[in-house]
Amino acid sequence: MAVLVVAEHDNASVKDATNKVVTAATAMGADVDVLVAGSNAGGAAAAAAKIDGVRKVLHADGATLAKQMAEPLEALIVPLMSGYDAVLFPASTTGKNAAPRVAAKLDVMQVSGVIGIEGADTFVRPIYAGNAIITVQDSQPKKVLVVQPTAFKAAGNGGSASVEATAAPAGPFKSAFVSEEMAKSDRPELTAAKRIVSGGRALGSSEEFHKVLEPLADKLGAAVGASRAAVDAGYAPNDYQVGQTGKVVAPELYVAIGISGAIQHLAGMKDSKVIVAINKDEDAPIFQVADYGLVADYKTAVPELMDELGKAGV
Amino acid sequence: MKVLVPVKRVLDYNLKVRVKPDGSGVDLSNLKMSINPFCEIAIEEAVRMKEGGGGHAKDSATEVVAVSIGPEQAQETLRNALAIGADRGILVKADGEVEPLAVAKILKGVIEAEKPDLVILGKQAIDDDNNATAQMLAALLDWPQATFASKVVLAGNKATVTREVDGGLQTIDVDLPAIISTDLRLNEPRYASLPNIMKAKKKPIDAKTPADYGVDTAPRLKVTKTAEPGKRQAGIKVKTTAELVGKLKEAGVI
Repeated sequence: MAVLVVAEHDNASVKDATNKVVTAATAMGADVDVLVAGSNAGGAAAAAAKIDGVRKVLHADGATLAKQMAEPLEALIVPLMSGYDAVLFPASTTGKNAAPRVAAKLDVMQVSGVIGIEGADTFVRPIYAGNAIITVQDSQPKKVLVVQPTAFKAAGNGGSASVEATAAPAGPFKSAFVSEEMAKSDRPELTAAKRIVSGGRALGSSEEFHKVLEPLADKLGAAVGASRAAVDAGYAPNDYQVGQTGKVVAPELYVAIGISGAIQHLAGMKDSKVIVAINKDEDAPIFQVADYGLVADYKTAVPELMDELGKAGV
Repeated sequence: MKVLVPVKRVLDYNLKVRVKPDGSGVDLSNLKMSINPFCEIAIEEAVRMKEGGGGHAKDSATEVVAVSIGPEQAQETLRNALAIGADRGILVKADGEVEPLAVAKILKGVIEAEKPDLVILGKQAIDDDNNATAQMLAALLDWPQATFASKVVLAGNKATVTREVDGGLQTIDVDLPAIISTDLRLNEPRYASLPNIMKAKKKPIDAKTPADYGVDTAPRLKVTKTAEPGKRQAGIKVKTTAELVGKLKEAGVI
């Protein structure tokens, strides 16, 4: 049995999510190849070749793959599937965008949001924002999985697989990249961060959200996240959203400030190692999952916390 | 331009689902069902294209058709879409779980009959959380797709769509006909007014079946177990930030 892992990468290097999806693929008991589809992505292909457990890296390079859009990825991956039993995508926006397109072309129902691999054909995934966990048996001849990277440990980087070139699709395609506006930040990326400071609707305004959370995040070397309520209210960009409809995170430390703890938010952060909640409502559901809860107004608690962290040498 | 909007009936987003004690599934009996929130956003966007609003010129859409695939009661979901402003509905009656692949195949059949220029769907249903139907439909039709849309600008035979992606926003052009899936911030759906709810009752809903489109809805995936998620133990309340910092040090996370 052979499976193909679609790498999450920025052409220069592979993201940690790739290593985690390789771990998931290995758990299927299969030979694991990694596909690096990009433009001038030699760096990423070389990095993928170092991931432990990888048999071979397929490197497709061309202008049509520069933005890893769904149509060219479909055109690239569907023919490759004659040599594989399964293809695994990371649950990034790139993976979620392309995977169902590949699945439909293969006439396969995909398994989304996989958090557990119990064998070559048995997978575990959450439904209803993580309020139920189902075990799914997939006996289709080809399988398409979208894997939640936070649920798996990253494979190491001690390997030395070969890199094989494969042709990029020529096009033309009916969709075209126009522009992008990426958040510029020195803070770590939300899904890869070891620490996250997250704010909710209680922050009251966009100014307050940034003024309160950013200094604390910088002190902790943390990424900044937000609840859906805060995103809905316009306090934070959608890219910050942690939860069922946003990002799923599992940092070592998650600090929830002014977040009530709606089910859909908990679905995105409950696997964090240590959860801290600061909320003035002592009945807020967030306290039911927090390791350490502080019933206090963030307006006084956050500055105090900054001081105490300073005293503790953080 | 004709716009088609598929909508799904799901457990109301304010309610928490219960897992059946025998692990055979979730218990939805006697629980309030509503239109999937992302589908509501899709209907709102299509109606704005018709009425003018949200940056769209009036009459950008000339007709908005809502489609739902589900049990008889999905008719209520369609009425909801009609009350927001869709012109007519199509109910494809199917009981039990219909997977996104089968939904996409049925929608392909509907589209071949209706010939819309644009299809707008929710990015994800909040029950099965698959995030797959829009992309699958685009693949089956060989149409371009713009998923996770936060802004849609129509211009001639193209749509320029801003997408919510990891790390920020991406803008792409898609040739029409195309598939768009909605993200949270595309718009804020209106509350349907009472006169519009009354008017919606008179709008036509066609009844169809998956067989009309030659689609077999038997699930491809077999759910062997449904379980409660692992419970996280509630921790302790600390009294001061100093105590909190002490605990975090002990836990080795700072």
